[in-house]
Amino acid sequence: MEFFRPASLAEALEIKAAHPGGIPIAGGTDLMVEINFDKRRPEVLIDLTVCPELQEWSRSNGTIRIGSGVSYSRLIAELAGELPGLAIASRTVGSPQIRNRGTLGGNLGTASPAGDGVPPLVAVGAEVEVASTNGARTLPVAEFITGVKKNALAGDELIVAVHVPVAKGPQQFSKIGTRNAMVIAVATFSIALDLESRTVGTALGSSSPRPLRAHDAEEFIAAELDWAEHTPVPANVAERFGELVAGVATPIDDVRGTAAYRRHALGVMAKRTLTWTWDEAGRLGAPAEWKGPRS
Amino acid sequence: MSTHTTAPPKTRPPGTPETTGMDAPTKDGVGSSARRPDGVPKVTGDFAYSSDLWAEGMLWGATVRSPHPRARIVSIDISKALALPGVWAVLTHEDVPGRKTYGLELPDQPVLAWDQVRYEGEAVVIIAAEHPETARRAADRVTIVYEELDPITDPEAALEVGTDALHPGGNLVRHVPIRSGDQDATADVVVTGDYATRMQDQAFLGPESGLAVPDGEGGVDLYVATQWMHVDLGQLAGSLGLTEDRVRITLAGVGGAFGAREDLSMQIHCCMLALHTNRPVKMMYSREESFYGHVHRHPARMHYEHGATKAGDLVYVKAKIVLDGGAYASSSTAVVSNAACFAAGPYNVPNTTIDGYVAYTNNPPCGAMRGFGSVQVCFAYESQMDKLADALGMDPVDLRIRNAMTTGSRLPTGQKVEGPAPVKELLESIRAMPLPPATPAGPLDLTRYPGGVSNTTHGEGVRRGIGYGVGFKNIAYSEGFDDYSTARVKLWVSGGEPIVEVHTAAAEVGQGIVTVQMQIARTELGVDQVVVLPADTQVGSAGSTSASRQTSMTGGAVRRACIAVRMRVLQKVVGTLTDDPGDLSLNGGKIVSDSLGMTLDLAEVIGAGSFEETYEYHHRKTSPLDPETGQGDAHVAFAFSAHRAVCDVDLELGLVKVVELATAQDVGKAINPQAVEGQIEGGSAQGLGLAVMEEIQIKDGKIMNPSFTDYLIPTILDMPPMQIDIMELGDPDSEYGVKGVGEPPAISSTPAIVAALRDASGKPLARIPVRPDDFLDFISSGDD
Ligand SMILES: Cc1cc2nc3c(=O)[nH]c(=O)nc-3n(C[C@H](O)[C@H](O)[C@H](O)COP(=O)(O)OP(=O)(O)OC[C@H]3O[C@@H](n4cnc5c(N)ncnc54)[C@H](O)[C@@H]3O)c2cc1C
Repeated sequence: MEFFRPASLAEALEIKAAHPGGIPIAGGTDLMVEINFDKRRPEVLIDLTVCPELQEWSRSNGTIRIGSGVSYSRLIAELAGELPGLAIASRTVGSPQIRNRGTLGGNLGTASPAGDGVPPLVAVGAEVEVASTNGARTLPVAEFITGVKKNALAGDELIVAVHVPVAKGPQQFSKIGTRNAMVIAVATFSIALDLESRTVGTALGSSSPRPLRAHDAEEFIAAELDWAEHTPVPANVAERFGELVAGVATPIDDVRGTAAYRRHALGVMAKRTLTWTWDEAGRLGAPAEWKGPRS
Repeated sequence: MSTHTTAPPKTRPPGTPETTGMDAPTKDGVGSSARRPDGVPKVTGDFAYSSDLWAEGMLWGATVRSPHPRARIVSIDISKALALPGVWAVLTHEDVPGRKTYGLELPDQPVLAWDQVRYEGEAVVIIAAEHPETARRAADRVTIVYEELDPITDPEAALEVGTDALHPGGNLVRHVPIRSGDQDATADVVVTGDYATRMQDQAFLGPESGLAVPDGEGGVDLYVATQWMHVDLGQLAGSLGLTEDRVRITLAGVGGAFGAREDLSMQIHCCMLALHTNRPVKMMYSREESFYGHVHRHPARMHYEHGATKAGDLVYVKAKIVLDGGAYASSSTAVVSNAACFAAGPYNVPNTTIDGYVAYTNNPPCGAMRGFGSVQVCFAYESQMDKLADALGMDPVDLRIRNAMTTGSRLPTGQKVEGPAPVKELLESIRAMPLPPATPAGPLDLTRYPGGVSNTTHGEGVRRGIGYGVGFKNIAYSEGFDDYSTARVKLWVSGGEPIVEVHTAAAEVGQGIVTVQMQIARTELGVDQVVVLPADTQVGSAGSTSASRQTSMTGGAVRRACIAVRMRVLQKVVGTLTDDPGDLSLNGGKIVSDSLGMTLDLAEVIGAGSFEETYEYHHRKTSPLDPETGQGDAHVAFAFSAHRAVCDVDLELGLVKVVELATAQDVGKAINPQAVEGQIEGGSAQGLGLAVMEEIQIKDGKIMNPSFTDYLIPTILDMPPMQIDIMELGDPDSEYGVKGVGEPPAISSTPAIVAALRDASGKPLARIPVRPDDFLDFISSGDD
């Protein structure tokens, strides 16, 4: 096995171009498990952990650009205020050790339906920036993930960053697992209120081969919510929202849970997270006064 | 010596190190929470586990396993594997030098399969190569042609007439009937129930591993993580075709056991490869392989009927228990005996009709796991007691107390309980403990809710429940087995200081037996410096680190050997100080005359000589169970514990948070109170796991979740704080009054938790582990 440790993104891209079959390694929390299970035997390993460009995040024009190598621990510590949905999701990932090592880039690289970093990105229409020696391109996260453990990365490309709009309203993330920590998601739900455009973004995780948005549910609830007065969500409306969310899921029966349970749980999570975000919006006042979520 | 000290409940974390009422002035002696020597190295990562073993020039072993739960082996072609550079040996059943099968009770398991395989993961071929990766690649090149057969995976179906026999004697491994009292008794109130428990894994952290080193003369030394070296030795020597003196076993660092290391795993394979190649060979299972490499807890299906008077006195218990033994016998015959003997619980039941069965199937083999047959039935009989209380309109704790066993009670087997049996006292203790606060006040703390940091509820749908469970089990081996323990103790002087050397074959599997041996030697000989030699087969058997027996058995042997040494030392000074040896004691490195108040320096008395004694400690004799009535004094002693669980359930999502566990347990005497607390907390956690998450999921004989990704064990956020009442009621029949500690917490915690979940949800929850779907009416949870 050949092992590279490029000191810059440019060098990394060159190595990747020269070795299109080379496997990048960031935190290694997915890849090392696969190697230990003998599911992969990389010929070439490209360690991205010392590429400075991938370890940074920056802000411009209401968008945060997060380097693919930023760990969950840092997302929680540094971005909970501006990207609350992603931060809440990050808190549910693994254990402190995993959150210290694991990265958003790795989550996208693995493209598991159970990746907890993905739904909060999909719910807000985030984009992935990928690059090769021929240049960079961006595409929506929802399109980047093309199937179970499949993504749109070409052989010579690396994931460089994710572009996530700063929250324009409360966001929530909820995850079902049969243990109270360190558990792979049975189903997850992400919701993001946009108090400016008066729209709602959603995404379902672990409920289908690719991350899904519940478009009908989003449109339904955006129309039903009383954006001006912030009156509480009527129970039947929340219920209907939950039904519409559950309706788009195409879950499976597996060792972690049944399809019927997953669908049911999605409805409950949708209903509850809607209420939490809406209550928070109410507490924070009218859209004009929205100062960003509390961290 | 044994005092009744019912300590006030203690809340975790324990405060300062405590001493009990015992007059043990020697520092770190019996009754103190002496520090364990392996504690710091384990935390810092310096401790050498069996997987860390290394020898100059060693080869690495690998195992080729069956992918099928049931198949005929048509052919085995090893030529391509042998041709791979770096491969030193590829061995099959033809290369087994001695007996081709092994087993704890019945030698029914092939060392390497020949004509057929009976479970997924059964070993067929073993390989030694210069690098572990080479060994794995060679494994891929072994071609085994199988003819697949339909696996028999349902234990009840396996017992039906007409089902294929998986072994020459048929599929019934053992039937234990127990009949007591009136078989036609009737009662005012009758409750019935069908209960099921699933396959639990011991989930030790250190996978099976060891190192075999050939001695160049046809013999072999094996360093291995195991639970009972001498029983390994017999099986090992038999299959290697060697006399026992040519096989020497030394205990390597054990990363947990819980019963999973009672059976052999890689021992014979590793030695075969080492003897064949004449090189040291190391074997180490991966985590996934480990799930196939050891036995698990028997799944059980249990049908129960309880009859009681209107006043709440138990009239009869009828129970039919079917255990899935899996492909090979392992310790199934003893597990089913326990299940049957303790099927009615720690209660006075005048009339019983109990049938325990264990069947061969093509599921993974099942055998020993903490609680050993008592766990499954405790879940069933405690569920029944709650159901009965409900039918009677009685408080469930009152019903238990009303029927509680006491000293002098008789088991369904007719055996009289002779030691303390504080069932009532345990229940009263936990009932009196304060309950945790209802709703947490203050800012949102997700860790307090079902779902934890996964953020599934901020209080919505959450309801609290409280449940109780009490259980018991035998200490040491039963049914006439003489599982004695041997200790050799030597006292001499080194550097002017007296020093004690203790040598036993007791396996330290993490429970603290090394510390216990040191504490006992310090107390009995009044010497600070105690060295416990590595456990090996150069000393007599210590019996297994199983059945909660090691502190009483090996502890007993060490104490008696120390006393014998002490007698000899004191003999030496009788006449100098006093004529009465009874007036003399050993303390703080001195020989003390209690009446004269005079002391002699122990080191001076010992001088250049040494005192050495070996003691073989046997427990009281037991007898087999009558094969038709199940009557007999089969057990040595009994240990009791009770739990109260407080649980929150998210009724809409079916997620669970165990809020608190309170427990009371009679340990006879806490040799090391902190270690006792550790056992109680750990055992309770394992019981919690079985209640709400731990299950090896099997489909058509195949394990669906052989990894810690999907075989979930409780984390620190699942395990609640505990209130612990350690009772020291002193068993008159054991040294220091000690009783076993390790297993009871894993027995009574599970039913208490499930009872609390029922209390919160009103759901029947008759199968464990409980799954989220079980709380939701509209989802059928599929199978039983
Ligand atoms: C104990 C444990 C618990 C876990 N719990 C969770 C959980 O709760 N939720 C969850 O979502 N995940 C969980 N995971 C999975 C894992 O931690 C996450 O998916 C994590 O985000 C992976 O990041 P990483 O940096 O470690 O990726 P790596 O393992 O380094 O890489 C993962 C994949 O992405 C590719 N890759 C990495 N970086 C790049 C890049 N810049 N460009 C192109 N490809 C790249 C790699 O080649 C590889 O295929 C857990 C893992 C473990 C071991």
